[in-house]
Amino acid sequence: MTDTLRDAWVIARKDLSIEFRTRSAFFSAVVFALLGLVIFYFAWDPTAVSVTDLAPGVLWVIFTFSGLLGLHRSFGIEIQDHAIDGLLASPISRESIFLGKVTANLIFVAAVQLVAIPALVLFYNLPLGDVFAPLIAIAILAAVGLVAVGTLFSAMAINTRLAELLLPMLSLPFFVPIVIAASQSTAKLLSGRPVAEAGAWIKLLLAFDIVFVAISTLAYRFTVDD
Amino acid sequence: MPRSSKTKLPWLPTVAGAAVLATVIRAAYFTPLEAKQGAAQKIFYLHVPAAWVAFLAFFLVAVASGVYLWLRDVRLDRFAESSAEVGVVFTTIVLITGPLWARPIWGTFWAWWDVRLVSTLFLWFIYVSYLVLRGAIDSPPLRARYSAVLGIMGAFLIPFIHLSVYLFSTMHPMPIVGKPSKPSLPNEMLLTLMLSLMAFTLLYFAFLRSRYELATERDAFADTVIDDA
Repeated sequence: MTDTLRDAWVIARKDLSIEFRTRSAFFSAVVFALLGLVIFYFAWDPTAVSVTDLAPGVLWVIFTFSGLLGLHRSFGIEIQDHAIDGLLASPISRESIFLGKVTANLIFVAAVQLVAIPALVLFYNLPLGDVFAPLIAIAILAAVGLVAVGTLFSAMAINTRLAELLLPMLSLPFFVPIVIAASQSTAKLLSGRPVAEAGAWIKLLLAFDIVFVAISTLAYRFTVDD
Repeated sequence: MPRSSKTKLPWLPTVAGAAVLATVIRAAYFTPLEAKQGAAQKIFYLHVPAAWVAFLAFFLVAVASGVYLWLRDVRLDRFAESSAEVGVVFTTIVLITGPLWARPIWGTFWAWWDVRLVSTLFLWFIYVSYLVLRGAIDSPPLRARYSAVLGIMGAFLIPFIHLSVYLFSTMHPMPIVGKPSKPSLPNEMLLTLMLSLMAFTLLYFAFLRSRYELATERDAFADTVIDDA
């Protein structure tokens, strides 16, 4: 078990080092998120819809679409020079490879959110106050679910003809429970309701994460030649 | 699988077609009108059986996917492929007949608070992405493995969609205009519904078998074509 985690961390570090050198995917995702925030604001009539009603939906939709940018790259980098074959031939388990990729993607998504959430607070004038901690918890739970499913589908989509179309097509139905739960709980928190009222949604996110991290990890080995 | 003889009618599609025709006639002319909804209610005898078949077909896709990953028998993959294609058609029927009925009765084409309607919509999305995924992969073993993974993942998604919409609907009570409470069905209507369910199930198996035979013949032909890779 600790071997799996240790090996996974090696893979995660590899992916993060590659990304850190150019930071291109990170900047693309960040800029995409920021532009999204701007466009969504202008798409609504601010006198008809208050920002606290608008903000949760905007945040989580942007989150999914900017997450997809990073997810596509996750296995995209392994295509060049058949790098994936080297990875598969190395003496680590398939689960380690998958969990390593998931960890790297999680850190990627978290890094984008570290920019996007403050930007949302800035642009939309949100009264964060003491909902900051629950909001971070929701963001982490949502991110885990997103990257678990997204990494699996990235591994599959990259081997098909329509990789860039297929990744969103496969992943988005699975992201919907995450987006619903995250938006609804964020909306409750931002409108000043007690955290307990968002409890059901947070439990849903937790259940989703547990189920989908487990089955994605188990399913990964079937996506590589075995 | 032996080819059905060309001189006599294939029995399953004929029986299924006759059954569906009989139940449609029974539903239209020999079943009483529902008091509050009138003739619009009769779409129920198409909508409910189609929904039953849609979910049955997907259940079978998921089971076949799981067993395929265990046994790696290509016939299971053909079965899953066939069930998915038939299933998507029935799911489309549900998604068309539902709103057609809902507009006069509920006052709206679509109802986001309705758990079954939204779950069926997501079933449709999973089916379509399953079929697009299959179309995007040339290698048969890869295609079979990937579709099987998606089939199983999809089966896990549906309960979460169900739960999300249910939670959403309890927290956001929507004003429902003129929604009839679930009527208890009198015997003639219940009988028509049961007959319709049986007829549609027969139709599902008829389509499934034809599609499966097509898949088998296609694969047999592909094997005889000289590999030019």
